[in-house]
Amino acid sequence: MGITQILFWFLSVLALFSAIMVVVSKSPIPSVLWLIFVFFAITVQYILLNAQFLAIVNLIVYAGAIMVLFLFIVMMLEIKPDGRPLGPLLRQWLPALLLCGVCLIVMTVFLLLAAGGAGPLPLVTASPLAFGRFLIQKYWLGVEIASFLLFVALVGALYLGRGNGTTGG
Amino acid sequence: MATIVPYSHVLILAAILFLLGAGCAVARRNLIMILIGVEVMLSAAGLVFIGAAMRWQQLDGQAFVIFIMAVAASEVGVGLALIVYSQRRTGSLNADDYDLMKG
Repeated sequence: MGITQILFWFLSVLALFSAIMVVVSKSPIPSVLWLIFVFFAITVQYILLNAQFLAIVNLIVYAGAIMVLFLFIVMMLEIKPDGRPLGPLLRQWLPALLLCGVCLIVMTVFLLLAAGGAGPLPLVTASPLAFGRFLIQKYWLGVEIASFLLFVALVGALYLGRGNGTTGG
Repeated sequence: MATIVPYSHVLILAAILFLLGAGCAVARRNLIMILIGVEVMLSAAGLVFIGAAMRWQQLDGQAFVIFIMAVAASEVGVGLALIVYSQRRTGSLNADDYDLMKG
């Protein structure tokens, strides 16, 4: 077992443990902080899987911008623990467990049936330059649409967040 | 030639992460926790795309992760604005308290 496999499994365990902590944390603040570990682990997985540019973008966008946004909102709204349990057991956690169990069984069956993932992936490198050229040459329209989507989201967030608060209209 | 893990292991990791995110979105009643669950699900989907790009040696998978990130960023922006808006209007962040349309 080489260093890459060990790194992959260590990061997988880290990501899964942090994701479990995200789900079971009582308050949103530890949840958001555990989420940073999830995104960090996934970022290093991206580097392992030959996506250096996306790894850096993932780190900046997710672990940087989105997490700061979450923490900012959580602290702005001063969420106080209201003493309620994590959720009604029968009404919330049972359907969630059922959904996840059924999905897990279906995915396991498909993974066992599919022969596509048999051999280990080769360790190759594609430079961020090649990726950038590919993206702009083949998916320029998608990039434009994505930038327009971000612009619309910016305007929408500004519109929703404007005003003096108490009386919405 | 150095190799890393098989594609199926990446799929297994992404599947479990996706299901944890889905469970978070379904089971928790805090609006922020629901949004966090959706974020985890989107990340897991991106991991599958990157693994597939590696498996078939095509850059298309990596290109789609860029679009996933754009969608995730705008979703978080609008979603958090909506959360702040509804918290101002109703004073609650618990999805169970939004029962205005209950007959």
